[in-house]
Amino acid sequence: MTGRVLLLLGTKKGAFLLESDAGRRDWRLRGPFCETWPMNHVLADPASGAIYAGGGNEWFGPAVWKSADLGATWSHSSAGLAYAEGQDPVRSVWSLAVADDALYAGVEPAGLFRSVDGGASWSHVAGLSEHPSRAEWHPGGGGLILHHVVTQPGDPQRLWVAISAAGVFHSADGGASWEPRNRGTRNDYLPEGQRYPEVGQCVHSLVMAAGRPDRLYQQNHCGMYRSDDGGREWRSIEAGLPSTFGFPAAAHPRDPETLFLLPLNGDQKGRYVPDGKAAVWRSRDGGASWQDLRAGLPQKDAFFGVLRQALATDPLAPAGVYFGTSGGELYASADEGDSWRCITAHLPAILSVETLALDG
Amino acid sequence: MAEGRHGRTGTGGAPVTVRLPAALVALFPGAPRELALPAASVGELIDGLDARWPGMGDRLRDSRPAIRRHINVFVEGRRATLATPLAPGGEVDILTAISGG
Repeated sequence: MTGRVLLLLGTKKGAFLLESDAGRRDWRLRGPFCETWPMNHVLADPASGAIYAGGGNEWFGPAVWKSADLGATWSHSSAGLAYAEGQDPVRSVWSLAVADDALYAGVEPAGLFRSVDGGASWSHVAGLSEHPSRAEWHPGGGGLILHHVVTQPGDPQRLWVAISAAGVFHSADGGASWEPRNRGTRNDYLPEGQRYPEVGQCVHSLVMAAGRPDRLYQQNHCGMYRSDDGGREWRSIEAGLPSTFGFPAAAHPRDPETLFLLPLNGDQKGRYVPDGKAAVWRSRDGGASWQDLRAGLPQKDAFFGVLRQALATDPLAPAGVYFGTSGGELYASADEGDSWRCITAHLPAILSVETLALDG
Repeated sequence: MAEGRHGRTGTGGAPVTVRLPAALVALFPGAPRELALPAASVGELIDGLDARWPGMGDRLRDSRPAIRRHINVFVEGRRATLATPLAPGGEVDILTAISGG
């Protein structure tokens, strides 16, 4: 029985936690944590309750911070979180993921690291950096970043990563070898006739459907896509959306057909919510149709964006949905997006949102 | 003698005085703002700090290896590199550079 819900926020100036009971009406904010370092991604291992925060500081470099007591105390480590001497150093940690057997960290410049001791030390998953396409990876607007790591519950050998701008890659052998999985995703920034390359797409978000590990959803710089075969083939599901551009996607905790998006107006139009009106878009049929959800969200003069990791669901029933804005506001729905409230309004720019449900 | 992270042998020299920035000390509970350490070069000095406070080396030196781009190390008032030698009784200031947004 869920007793408490935590929202884990990465911001441009530190990590923050919001906590409520299962009713999700009244939220208490704690933070900033992590010495106000920029924290790109904060998540929890639901098995242990440990909170991890990945980021980097212009002065002191990259690190993964950890709290084993729900934020009361923190430690940090970057032991092993480095490329070989002479290579461009790791600047920052951009994404974290908990697998059955390891913790993963995606970094800038794009690469993947693994920890098997709860974040105390890290080893480079060199197979990805050694992929023959590596020379063709080019930085997107946020840098050459590995911003999503997707793991498969029950099969830790299967991994997917999303890199801007290189695309999606998959490993079936725990990271030893990788193959691109971008077929069917478009790159509008290439000459006509060359817009479906093997690599080089600017994926923005990659999520797995609940209980269906071969179904992946992808928000791309150029379109919204679904795959039903682990990313081998993608098909567009953008019909009915107000824009092909956006950053985040969030899967429902139980229903593989339900997905939440937050489309923005376009990459050269400010990257705001369209027409200054905020909406989360929900599909209940795997992307065949979309519904805009606006109740409680600002419907005039809203000029914020929502970044690639800043939309999340919680595992309660009905599921909670949350997003954090570039302006430091956090909006929450306790009814799968039907209605919304702003639950905190004056944080630094929010980079990521994750949830943790606690018993008792 | 501790083997440094980049193959240098630490604690080779006579003690020098090193002053650390507040933002660095905040990351390592118990670390003082000023201490004396034996070291014959800046690289050895960072090895010595890392031996006392594991992880401190990574905060000051990246994997090229070089002093981090937004960290400045001054030896006797002059900007230094990892290879800059330290004289017995010398003074080293480690400062954060102007950065951020």
